[in-house]
Amino acid sequence: MHALRLPPDADDAAFRDAARRALAHDLKPADIAFVAHGSGFLFDEVPPGRADLTVPRGFVALMRDAACHRAEDRFALLYEVLWRLKHGEPGLLERATDPAIAKLSLYAKAVHRDIHKMHAFVRFHAQEDGGYLAWFEPDHFILKRAAPFFAERFANMRWIIATPIGTAIWDSERLVFAPPRPKPERLEDGVLDGLWRTYYRTIFNPARLKTGAMTKEMPRRYWKNMPETAEIATLTRNAQHRLTARDPDTAPRYADKAKPRAKPELPKLGLARLREEAEHCTACPLYKHATQTVFGEGPANAKFVLVGEQPGDQEDLAGEPFVGPAGQVLDRALEEAGIDRKTVYVTNAVKHFKFAPRGKRRIHSKPNAGEIKVCVGQWLKRELAAIEPDFVVAMGASAAQGLMGKSVTIGAVRGREIAWPDGRRGLVTVHPSYLLRLQDNREEEYEKFVSDLKRAARLAAG
Amino acid sequence: MPMSLMQKLEILADAAKYDASCASSGGTKRDAKGGGIGSVTGAGICHAYTPDGRCVSLLKILLTNFCIYDCAYCVSRRSSNVRRARFSVDEVVRLTLDLYRRNCIEGLFLSSGIARSEDATMEDLVRVAKSLRREHGFRGYIHLKTIPGASDALIAEAGLYADRLSMNIELPSERALKDFAPEKSLAAIKRGMARTRANIEEAAEPARRAAKPNYAAAGQSTQMIVGADGASDAAIIGASADLYASYALKRVYYSAFSPNGHPSAALPHVATPLLREHRLYQSDWLLRVYGFALEEVEDAMQDGMLDLSMDPKLAWALKHRERFPVDVNRAPREMLMRVPGLGTRAVDKLVASRRSGRLRLADVARLTRGLGRARNFLTAADWTPKRLDDAHLESRLVKQPAQLALF
Repeated sequence: MHALRLPPDADDAAFRDAARRALAHDLKPADIAFVAHGSGFLFDEVPPGRADLTVPRGFVALMRDAACHRAEDRFALLYEVLWRLKHGEPGLLERATDPAIAKLSLYAKAVHRDIHKMHAFVRFHAQEDGGYLAWFEPDHFILKRAAPFFAERFANMRWIIATPIGTAIWDSERLVFAPPRPKPERLEDGVLDGLWRTYYRTIFNPARLKTGAMTKEMPRRYWKNMPETAEIATLTRNAQHRLTARDPDTAPRYADKAKPRAKPELPKLGLARLREEAEHCTACPLYKHATQTVFGEGPANAKFVLVGEQPGDQEDLAGEPFVGPAGQVLDRALEEAGIDRKTVYVTNAVKHFKFAPRGKRRIHSKPNAGEIKVCVGQWLKRELAAIEPDFVVAMGASAAQGLMGKSVTIGAVRGREIAWPDGRRGLVTVHPSYLLRLQDNREEEYEKFVSDLKRAARLAAG
Repeated sequence: MPMSLMQKLEILADAAKYDASCASSGGTKRDAKGGGIGSVTGAGICHAYTPDGRCVSLLKILLTNFCIYDCAYCVSRRSSNVRRARFSVDEVVRLTLDLYRRNCIEGLFLSSGIARSEDATMEDLVRVAKSLRREHGFRGYIHLKTIPGASDALIAEAGLYADRLSMNIELPSERALKDFAPEKSLAAIKRGMARTRANIEEAAEPARRAAKPNYAAAGQSTQMIVGADGASDAAIIGASADLYASYALKRVYYSAFSPNGHPSAALPHVATPLLREHRLYQSDWLLRVYGFALEEVEDAMQDGMLDLSMDPKLAWALKHRERFPVDVNRAPREMLMRVPGLGTRAVDKLVASRRSGRLRLADVARLTRGLGRARNFLTAADWTPKRLDDAHLESRLVKQPAQLALF
């Protein structure tokens, strides 16, 4: 049996040196004891030595954290793990269920929590010299680990954090550590004792008394150094009283005068009026889930109208048709077909985005026959009546179905002039999003789409 | 006599406390080593806890509680008899910095009543954030409320100074808003959220990142009040699923309605049980973290309401016993996530541990405090649960949780 001496606040570096010494003599975990400096011990000290030490990265982190814990067996456990890593268990760290790993992980977690609580619960008291002073009592040996946070956050202040295990001092340039100082007799600060306690008192909601949840996250041992906790007893005691049922409020006299005034607006005509009406459409349930009505866009006297299926994710956000990926395909195709998009009126058979929520995404759903029928009757027909175009192109099956009043097989009618039931001339082609979904022959299909648009433009002109 | 800062704080913090959000997580990491004051570590810090069990992370206040709206659920509605006050921009800035320097807060969460117009209010909110950032080098966390109906330009500017933006939907349906918040429009709220999502995504595009490093990096969130209207849990969770999918929200907060403060005659006279709010949060986690589809969460409900006596994951498991027991040594991660009593961390550790040897029940016990529930739904090398088809399983798990947890 051998002894390794380490100070009570030994850090991971001190432990590493000690462990190297023990490993140099191939000492088994059962053969060594980690003891505090100065304490009597019957066994021999480990003779000097220095083993080469390469360890998995995970162990470095575990060592760094667990070494700060105040439990006396932390170094013995770390040495056991180190030994086993070197003697046939290289994958030990992944085994969270191993008793030694489980215990060290709990130590590491406790140390993290302690650091976090220190970051949270330190209260700086303003001093007469313009600096700030705090007194804090951590559970573990964490001062050196926790202090840099304050230097990074309060870089332009001068502050001292005094604790029973040492003192951290920041002079607005350098962070230094000094031995512990006695606890300050009195700490006072006008803001902490005034505004801060007032805020703490006020933000408490007496309708939700849950003191257990409070003490779980802010254990009582921290309270003595947090000025606001002096309010807790009174707040808790009065919570029921403050909640006694009250009669509903009677409105103050000014309430009626404070009503928002409606903005005067000029009445709109034709297409503009339709667009405004459509904003409030509730003719089918799709409006409940979508952001907004996406109405058609383009000149009110356009000769050429393009009809798609429904807005997609991007169109729904922007409130404009064909601005998403399918819109980009359409823009490119129109340009290649020699059609100026600014002269075209672009709209959809269905004006609200239909989707199914899937986590952080919306998955496009096809509108059903009823939704198409209702929406086309409400809006597309009236849009066309207001615009009076010469030529109407349906892109995709839903648009064709909406215009035709019954389902249409695209393959059967694609690319040739047809007459819609209202007598207008037109043509059916695919929807640009169909091109985006294609795996093979995308280029070929795209060319066909462009040539459909060219033909439509020629027919419209002729 | 003019009001003191302390009096204003009492009024304007009181008016803000019904907003459940206080998160300070997710901002871009930064510190004050290059000048200014403040830092964001990414994780968020709760600087204190009040006896309601909630944390104090941000200075949560209204700029003013004067409001021209008359939303029945809101203590600041124009027909409420509450005392009114207004902070100046400088007062909010000073208050934030004074509390920040003493390490009481992570930053500011600023909201406001609509004192004159939507745009004027939004403009004031932006002015506070701008002053903190530009004039005082404040590098701590800022959460700004965006006002439905405010101009796109102001909402876009808000995101330049704020880590997080939020716009409260408050009630899950158009109908309920019409009844209880007549001046609000669901469409305007959704459009605002859509605008913010688009702004965030635009700033995140690689080409823009250099020019606009920090547009509301902690994303956007919203809040729904539970129990003020007649909406079912299914309606509330359904609305949340839509919102998460549509506007890339980081969080939806649920706030149990209680008729204290200055209650309106139009609303119920009883408080919503806090447990209902808790069950909604649990369902929300099932959706966001545990891989449950909306239909599956609805499946754990009875007539559109969550069971108050047990958490929704347990309710789902009891309804789908044919999917259990799950073998901890073989089951895919997704299925382990459905075992009542196992959280994401326990599942991650189980998956890593089982690579180096078969796990026994004692191994599982080291990773979770929910073993009392979990053991009924899993098998391990030395463990097979009995009585999964037992009609009493439910009553054993639901009525005696304290005793079971001892095993």
